[in-house]
Amino acid sequence: MTITARLAFLALPLATMMAANAGHTETTLETVRERDRLICGASQGTPGFGAPDDNGYWRGLDVETCRAVAVAVLDDKDAVDFVPLSGQQRIPALQTGEIDILPRTLTWTVQRDANGIDFTTPNYYEFTGFMMPKSLGIEKVEDMAGATVCVQTGSTTEIVVNDVSAKHQLDLQPVVFDNTSAARQAFFSGRCDALITDAGALASVRASMADRPDDYVIFPATEYVDALTPAVRHGDNQWADIVRWSIQTLIAAEAFGITQGNVDEMLNSDDPRIRRFLGTDPGNGTALGLSDDFAYRIVKALGNYGEVFERNVGMGSPLKLDRGYNALFNQGGLMFPLAFQ
Amino acid sequence: MFDTLWYSRKLRVWVAQIALMGSLAALIWWIGGNTAQNLTERGIRTGLDFLSRPARFPISETILHYSPEDSFLWAFIVGLANTLWLSALTILLATVLGLALALARLSAHPMLSRLAAGYVTVFRNIPLIVQLLFFYGVATSVFPPPREAWTPLPGIYLTLRGAYAPDLFLSSSGSWLLAAIALALILTLRIAWRWPTGKALLPLPARLCAAVALWLGASIAIWHLAGRPVRLEFPELNGLNFRGGQHLSPEFCAIILGLTLYTAAFVGEVIRGGVQAVSKGQWEGGRSLGLSERQIMFRIILPQALRIIIPPMTSQYLSTVKNTTLAVAVGYPELGLVVNTVINQTGQALESILIMLGVFLTISLSVSALMNWLNARVALVER
Repeated sequence: MTITARLAFLALPLATMMAANAGHTETTLETVRERDRLICGASQGTPGFGAPDDNGYWRGLDVETCRAVAVAVLDDKDAVDFVPLSGQQRIPALQTGEIDILPRTLTWTVQRDANGIDFTTPNYYEFTGFMMPKSLGIEKVEDMAGATVCVQTGSTTEIVVNDVSAKHQLDLQPVVFDNTSAARQAFFSGRCDALITDAGALASVRASMADRPDDYVIFPATEYVDALTPAVRHGDNQWADIVRWSIQTLIAAEAFGITQGNVDEMLNSDDPRIRRFLGTDPGNGTALGLSDDFAYRIVKALGNYGEVFERNVGMGSPLKLDRGYNALFNQGGLMFPLAFQ
Repeated sequence: MFDTLWYSRKLRVWVAQIALMGSLAALIWWIGGNTAQNLTERGIRTGLDFLSRPARFPISETILHYSPEDSFLWAFIVGLANTLWLSALTILLATVLGLALALARLSAHPMLSRLAAGYVTVFRNIPLIVQLLFFYGVATSVFPPPREAWTPLPGIYLTLRGAYAPDLFLSSSGSWLLAAIALALILTLRIAWRWPTGKALLPLPARLCAAVALWLGASIAIWHLAGRPVRLEFPELNGLNFRGGQHLSPEFCAIILGLTLYTAAFVGEVIRGGVQAVSKGQWEGGRSLGLSERQIMFRIILPQALRIIIPPMTSQYLSTVKNTTLAVAVGYPELGLVVNTVINQTGQALESILIMLGVFLTISLSVSALMNWLNARVALVER
């Protein structure tokens, strides 16, 4: 090979890379419509929040949050691919464009918000909890002195362990795992006295992994409540709006008393707010870059927030969680519908 | 004039070299610039200023002192110290075990050599990560919970939270005394070993026993005379767990056991290969000089085998250092696990990964340099 040929060989990939760099950047909405699939980050298996069922069909509260966006954008609740991600993969996966939405039990924190991701609107409120075997006879944080705690990395819980330990002078001994299932197995094998994570996930673990779920007790680690919030990439405001209002649709539908069963009747409602919400009076959908009936389609396909909750984590599920903080604001909870107008 | 330049071979070669280096530099510069631009576009914070902020996350076991109030930089260093500790211990243990395995495989005893061959086959052919998970599973399922701990010896407790043993507490004079006693043992043994055979009253084994007995008696006497400067602190079951004493966690045991057994299989094969590569004539030469088999092995064969062994052994040691990152799987906090946690807490993946790359490159190059120096020293010098 001559020297010129060698140089040409080297220059070619350089030139192509330069060219690739110069292209027009598509918005996420354009990308998703072109692909005709929505790609969502998912957990590595937290039944009730996000896990495939026996037939490989993804189910869960976070999963249905994603399906709501798919209905809004693609008019098909099944046009979603779920990518299971570990706690530490999830944020880079969102930042680099591997996934479009991250609805995976992600606590809204200032450090995350300031570091390249945008939070939309909370889809679940809860406290961080400890789970311990009842046989140890401990049911509150103050009694946990000297306990070993299984912790998984890639979560805010590592910091909670430290904060709680310092606050109550408990000298907790953390055993930190890189992998969610390793931390859970280590807890059930007895390596640790307690397992710490979000209380909802603890209920899920207890219902799905414990031989006898009644042998374990879950109690709050702190008095603070976290807002678990689906996030999108920083910098695409239109996409953030679409995701935010798709989630809000579920909550607002419950506040309006609209269910999967009565949504067709509600189309004839005389209440102007409901008419605007369902798109009978146009304007909301087009403002977001969607069709005007997007809220109608979401409720028709999935129901309202209350229905989604009961089906996945509430009394209609093995988790049997109370609505608690996740009840509507007028029923003592924190779920608050924004104005659809 | 341009004609001569055009046809100048020297110039052409230089131009080509400069063009090549220039393109390489341009490529690196472009990748760097592109990355920085993309990071800014996606709103990802960059820079190393996070290193001085408090880390706030816990690290489950450390050999340097660490508390969550320390900085991210210190968290990295603590992780690095764990990695180095793990690497050094594994390399030491695997080399000793590997040498024993090689000698067993070379032995004329059929059962011994077959056992060693079987060991090598099993441990070399199962992926390391599977072995680690197996040992961790054993460590956390065979043993009882702390409240029903096994006590094979008083003060030693085996539980599924790990093994607990009494801790040695030394006053300042105590550590000197301990060193002196250890030195005395070596000296006593050496004198007993080298005692001129003609003047000895006892045969060698009896002489060694007598020396050890003498040393033990003298040591105990001195220890009492010095006011017992060494005391033991026993672990105690306090609430949910044992407190005090020395603690070996199941995570550490699993990673050390797994890495050592796996690496030893390779080390054993490297040593065996090296020994067998020494020409048979060396054995025959040794025998014709009337040397014993043991003498031939340690005085003639092994020194020559060392030259062949060192280069592949370097690779084994390098692999071992890199394999320590698998400790993540069993929850031992080496550098990799710390880096993962830092990435999660700060979102600064690029910087953290670059730090890890730099650290591993440095460790590997240092091991490599050390082994090359050793190799140069033992290499056959031809005059």
